[in-house]
Amino acid sequence: MAYSDKVIDHYENPRNVGKFDDADDSIGTGMVGAPACGDVMRLQIQVSDEGIIEDAKFKTYGCGSAIASSSLLTEWVKGKNLDEAASIKNTEIAQELSLPPVKIHCSVLAEDAIKAAVQNYREKQDS
Amino acid sequence: MNAPVTVSTPIYLDYLSTTPVDPRVVAAMTACMSTEGVYGNAASRSHVFGWKAEEAVENARSQVAELINADPREIVWTSGATESDNLAIKGVAHFYHKKGKHIVTSKIEHKAVLDTCRQLEREGYEVTYLDPDEQGLTTPEMVQGALREDTILASVMHANNEIGVVNDIAGIGEICRAAGVLFHVDGAQGVGKIPVDMEAMKVDLLSMSAHKMYGPKGVGALYVRRKPRVRLEAQMHGGGHERGMRSGTLATHQLVGFGEAARIAHEEMAAESVQLQALRERFWAAISDIPEVYINGDREQRLPGALNVSFAFVEGESLIMSLRDLAISSGSACTSASLEPSYVLRALGLNDEMAHSSLRFSFGRFTTEGEVDHAVQCVRHAVEKLRELSPLWDMFQDGVDLSTIEWAAH
Repeated sequence: MAYSDKVIDHYENPRNVGKFDDADDSIGTGMVGAPACGDVMRLQIQVSDEGIIEDAKFKTYGCGSAIASSSLLTEWVKGKNLDEAASIKNTEIAQELSLPPVKIHCSVLAEDAIKAAVQNYREKQDS
Repeated sequence: MNAPVTVSTPIYLDYLSTTPVDPRVVAAMTACMSTEGVYGNAASRSHVFGWKAEEAVENARSQVAELINADPREIVWTSGATESDNLAIKGVAHFYHKKGKHIVTSKIEHKAVLDTCRQLEREGYEVTYLDPDEQGLTTPEMVQGALREDTILASVMHANNEIGVVNDIAGIGEICRAAGVLFHVDGAQGVGKIPVDMEAMKVDLLSMSAHKMYGPKGVGALYVRRKPRVRLEAQMHGGGHERGMRSGTLATHQLVGFGEAARIAHEEMAAESVQLQALRERFWAAISDIPEVYINGDREQRLPGALNVSFAFVEGESLIMSLRDLAISSGSACTSASLEPSYVLRALGLNDEMAHSSLRFSFGRFTTEGEVDHAVQCVRHAVEKLRELSPLWDMFQDGVDLSTIEWAAH
C-alpha cells in the first residue's frame, strides 16, 4: 500500500510520543482500540486550570496510519479548550493525512481517543 | 571482526512467495525463444520442428520426474500449483463420486486447496477440515481419525507456505493407502527444497510449481500415480494433450525452464539446504535475544530457509513499513483490504495480536550472509522503535496482564 507523505512523515518522526502520570488530576487519558483488532491508541492530555490543553502525548500500537493519526492529533489538540478538542472530526484527520478508505478506521479511532481523554479528564474533576 | 559488507537494498527475503529465475534456467529458456530455437508445437507429428519441441518437452518431463523419483509418464504439465491442486482434487472427486463424496484436508492448506474444497461442498461433497496441532503439523493420526467409509481423497500439504513446517506425508500416505483413500499432496513449497520420493512415499497426486524453485512463473505439474493407477476427470478440455488429463498446447520454453530448474534443484538440494539452514539459524541467533519474540510452527520439522516470527507488542503492518530495506511478508493480511490476521496462524492457536505481529522471513539460493546481517539490524531497530511507541509494551513492562483488560473491540 502506498502511504501519503504526511503519514510517512508522522510515522518516521512521531510527535509527542510518551506518557504522563495517570494519577495526576490535570491529566486525561483515553485508551481505545483492541490488540485483537490490530490497533490500540493511548492519548493523554495535560489540561491547565483554565481548561486549555497545554500538552499531549500518545503511544499507539497499530499500522502506520494509526500511528500517524494519533501523532497528528497530539499536535492539533495543543492550545485548544476541551470542547474544541472533543469536536475534532475523524474526517479532518483522514483528509489531512490522505488516508485511503481501508484506513479510515484509524482516524475514527483517533477521534474516539481524544473524546475518551476529555471525558476522563472531566470525570476526574467531578470526583 | 569481519569487514563491513555492503548490501544493496531492498533485500529479497520472500523466497516462499516466489523465487528469482536462476540464470541457468534463463539460458535454457532463451534458447527456445528465437527463430532458430525450438518453436515448434510439441503436438506436431509431421515435421522436425514438432519433433524437436517434443524432445525438449519430454526431456523436461524426465528432469521433473527425476527430482521426485517418479516415472516421466506420471507427470502432467499444468500452469502452476493452483491448477494442479484444482485438477487433482476436482478431478478425483468428479471421477470417483460414485464411490463416495467425502474429502479430508487441513485448515491451513493453501487457498488453492481450500477454495477448491469449498467449491466441491457447493457441488454436494462433504469436506472435513483438520485442525493442525500447535506446531502447525497435520499428523497421520489426525488423518486416520477423520477417514470414513465414503472418504475418497485426503489432501495435505507437504510444507506450509506461511510458517514453513513440513508434514509427515510418508506417514499420511501409509494411512491413506491402507484405507483405500487417494492421497493428494500440495507440494508447491516442498518439492525442490526438500527430498520428495514417489517410489518411497505413498502419494497418489503431487502438485508442483516451477516458480518456487527458481523456474519461471506460469508453469507447474501434477504427478499422477500409474501404479496403482489414479484416474482423473479432466478440468480443461481440448486437444487431448497430456493423455487427456490437461489439454492445451505445451509451452515449450516454460517447460524447458521448469525442467532445468528441477535438474538444478535435484543436484544442489543437499548443499543448498545446509547453506539455507545456516542462514536461517544465523538470523534467528541474532534476533532471538530480543524479549518476547517467538517462532511460529515446529522448530525442527521445517523448510531449511523459512522462519515465521511473532514480535509481541508490535503490529505487523507497521513493522513491515519500518523494514523498507527488506522484502518480507506479514502474517497479518492487513496490507490487503481485509483486516483479518492470517488464518494459518489463527489455526495454530495464536491470538489475534500475536498473529498480527508476525513476519515471514524466507531465505534462498541468492541470499548472502551480509544480507542476513543487515536484515538483523533492521529488525532489531524496528522492533525497538515500535515498542517505544507501543502502549501494550508499556503495560507489559509495568506487569499488566493484557488478557485481563476489557478492550473496546471495534
